[in-house]
Amino acid sequence: MAQEKEAKPAAPPLKLWLGPVALGWLVPGGGHFYLKRWNRGALLLLAVAGMFVFGLMMRGRMFEPSDGDLFNMALNYGGFIGDVASGALYFLTTWLGYSQPDLAGAVPDYGTKFLVCAGLLNILAMIDAYEIAVGKKS
Amino acid sequence: MYWNLSHFQATFFFALFTSIVFGVVTKKTDRERLHYGLYVFGCFLAATFGLGWLMYFGHW
Repeated sequence: MAQEKEAKPAAPPLKLWLGPVALGWLVPGGGHFYLKRWNRGALLLLAVAGMFVFGLMMRGRMFEPSDGDLFNMALNYGGFIGDVASGALYFLTTWLGYSQPDLAGAVPDYGTKFLVCAGLLNILAMIDAYEIAVGKKS
Repeated sequence: MYWNLSHFQATFFFALFTSIVFGVVTKKTDRERLHYGLYVFGCFLAATFGLGWLMYFGHW
């Protein structure tokens, strides 16, 4: 007996969400500013930029993609994606020459995690901007 | 310049920034966002103190 296939909802048009998501990647909270969610955008900017600045001040290390065994490759590529997800903060920092070697100690290690987590939080902000742009949220 | 934060200070600020984002992106009204952000922040701190005491008593 043939089952009726449920029709998949059409994907939202690219032009609806690409701008807010791209802006949200480049400037934390930028997607929300673009969509006129000023307060939420400001809070996201404060939180993501704050996390990033704390990571820098604790001398965290930026990940770079590198080959090697599978674990190291996953660690470095994953960390690199997390760093790059901070957008302009990452590009500005590396452009200005920030290059921190892997220092021993708890504080620089925390700093490295702060830098990656700033990017991961920005990904959450980008997803939120996407949902607002396509009308799933207000 | 170098910020030599203690473990607690680093955890506190991590919890603070993360809670703000979780609160903002998760709920639908401002009131719900505030409550959820405070709830997540409280959970982070409770876990910090709880695990801290666990390590204190488990370390002999």
